[in-house]
Amino acid sequence: MSLISILFAVFFYLAVLLCLVGVTLKVAQYASTPVPLKIPTAPAPLTKFGVVLRMMREVFLFASLFRASKWTWLFGWLFHWALVLLFIRHLPYFWPGEAPQILHQTEPLKYAAFPLIFGLSGLLARRFFVDRVRYISAPSDYLLLLLLIAIALTGVLMTFAHYYPDMGMVYSFAEGLITLNWSELPSESVFLAHIFMVFVLIAIFPISKMLHAPGVFFSPTLNQVDDARKKRHISDWAIDKEKNSKSG
Amino acid sequence: MSKLDTPKLETYLQTPALKSDSMASSGPFKANADMQKSLGFPGEKIDNWQQVAIEKMGETIEKYRSIPVFLDACVKCGACADKCHYFLGTGDPKNMPVARQDLFRSVYRRHFTFAGKYFPKLVGAKEFDESMLDDWYNYFHQCSECRRCSVYCPYGIDTAEITMAAREVMNAIGVGQKYCNQILGKVKKIGNNLGMPEPALRDTLLDLEEEIEEDTGVAVKLPLDNEGAEILLITPSADFFAEPHIDGLIGYAKVFHQSGASWTLSSYASEGANFGMFIGNYDIMREGALRIRKAALDLGVKRIIVGECGHAWRVAYSFWNTLTGIGGGAADEYALQLQNQLDQNYPQPQHIIEYTYDLIQKGQLAFDKSKNDHRTVTFHDSCNVARGSNMGGIENGQFLLPREVIKAACNNFVDMSESTIKASTFCCGGGGGLLTDDLLELRVKGALPRMQALKQSEETSGVNTLAALCAICKSQFSKVLPYYDFDPFMVVSVHQLVSEALLLDGDNSQQESKTL
Ligand code: SF4
Ligand code: SF4
Repeated sequence: MSLISILFAVFFYLAVLLCLVGVTLKVAQYASTPVPLKIPTAPAPLTKFGVVLRMMREVFLFASLFRASKWTWLFGWLFHWALVLLFIRHLPYFWPGEAPQILHQTEPLKYAAFPLIFGLSGLLARRFFVDRVRYISAPSDYLLLLLLIAIALTGVLMTFAHYYPDMGMVYSFAEGLITLNWSELPSESVFLAHIFMVFVLIAIFPISKMLHAPGVFFSPTLNQVDDARKKRHISDWAIDKEKNSKSG
Repeated sequence: MSKLDTPKLETYLQTPALKSDSMASSGPFKANADMQKSLGFPGEKIDNWQQVAIEKMGETIEKYRSIPVFLDACVKCGACADKCHYFLGTGDPKNMPVARQDLFRSVYRRHFTFAGKYFPKLVGAKEFDESMLDDWYNYFHQCSECRRCSVYCPYGIDTAEITMAAREVMNAIGVGQKYCNQILGKVKKIGNNLGMPEPALRDTLLDLEEEIEEDTGVAVKLPLDNEGAEILLITPSADFFAEPHIDGLIGYAKVFHQSGASWTLSSYASEGANFGMFIGNYDIMREGALRIRKAALDLGVKRIIVGECGHAWRVAYSFWNTLTGIGGGAADEYALQLQNQLDQNYPQPQHIIEYTYDLIQKGQLAFDKSKNDHRTVTFHDSCNVARGSNMGGIENGQFLLPREVIKAACNNFVDMSESTIKASTFCCGGGGGLLTDDLLELRVKGALPRMQALKQSEETSGVNTLAALCAICKSQFSKVLPYYDFDPFMVVSVHQLVSEALLLDGDNSQQESKTL
């Protein structure tokens, strides 16, 4: 195998490892940190089922963001859903053996690249042109958007502008990463740039604001049932406090 | 009325251009050593404050899940940026909720995250230095913990949680705020925010009884420390002396009188407000709640009802059961005793609005609504009621019940613009421990969005009365309304409207007026 193939394979495993370990640690931290008080925010559901509905509205529709800012919602929502579709579109590459029939029908999903770029550019434009958003943006906020845009653009170049690599090699390289049956990587630079940036994205997931993805499920303002008068909600450290103080 | 450059009310609420650092020197007075020490905090800024502050930050991160989740999850989308009344009123970018959080977040990143430790510039991580501490003090005291930002954030990030944590950290290094900490000291010593001792309270209540009897001819009582009463009323102490609060207290008394319930106030727990929440201190908040539990036990009451106060109701509704186990589930001896003692047919605690609403539903209260015909009423949803509690146990009950109570007592009711009420309500501008004259400029400017909506309803519907159910809102509005050319007396308690229209058995004056 060529040096570059080895480097990329190593980098892939490293990125995935960093991502998995990092996210696991973060999720473990969130899960083990107590929530001492009931702090659901309005409009607060009174039942567990209500919380599930609320979470679905937030995760699938970005309901709060819609209320807050229609433009940000449009850009953000398009970008995230396009990302999901494109993720599905990439599954066949990694599928060990023959991918199920349905995954071979995902060809049209490639067009999701355009709403993706539209959404990302909109978000980037907001960072530049809306003074409030510019004020709160750190370099990492711009860079992350640029990284995503660059990934999308290299993808578009390959798919729509004939910069595609040898697809047979892509399949066997990608599948080989999963099945540990490594094979040679195509050497087209656009392709290499594309996957390099994706690996970077994966690697920085747990140390970046991409933590909002697991974070949203742990947000107590969103995931709590508003039933404080009915059930006592108390954290372990508060129980210890009670035991230690005489007056109860 | 002191001179201030009061913002102009436009036809629509405008998002201001950024005026960097325009409120940088507008922080409140600091607590002196005595005030600090009375709460167990260092008297003045300690020498190794940075180290202790970082440790304390670490502690809040370990104790409150909201803190690490909120600090990590923010994507800087800016959706919350134009939702804060203090930003809308001042244009200071550090009053944008996300920028306020960033004061905490940048230090968090520097000391608690990989990216911030190794690439501080890249991710906006900053050291906790003197100027950062100044910003903390100023801007975490320009947040009323109203939670409006949390409603719009895609992850529910609640800046109030960060503000509370930041105040907790500052208190731990000896940098406390005078207004909150002085008041908390008084509650601790005497039992209420005013430091009003039992005899003064008793006199006040007697005066009120006389006043009501003079007005109505009915002997409505305001009992104090009446052992064996059915209901204990916990109300903010402002209800005992401040206008227009006191007329609300009269309203509660009339409702109790008319319902025939025996009730009492407590001199030991003569304060519904709990500023422990404002400074984010669990222990102090718990102490306040325990006072109330003790009073309930000593007086042997069956029900606890909370008067008109926003954050008091949030603490009572959302936190009391956690803090003292007054509902179900706590196993310590006092909580068990209280659980046995309280009547479990009712939610505990209940809000006075829930109590009055129930009576209205059951047809037990009669009103002469025409008494309020000179008014066109609108209702200000208090932030802590709207976004930190519920009423009636039904979804959105906290919006519905007060309106129904008002409508039962008044013929003319209109709501202000939809984007400024209910879950989206704007803070009055004085909540969260900011109701102090050293923050007057902030309070006036922070009231802008509410004033703008009020102006609009005045112009379109002839609104001349602003009903509120929070002691802080009422005081704040009384103070700031004149700056916007409104009549300060247009603000009333919800139970003042009830009081004015309620028909009392044996009230001659009302029967006469009815036959006229
Ligand atoms: S809690 Fe209220 S005052 Fe504080 S930042 Fe959010 S909107 Fe502003
Ligand atoms: S809305 Fe939430 S995620 Fe967006 S900037 Fe504000 S706090 Fe951050």
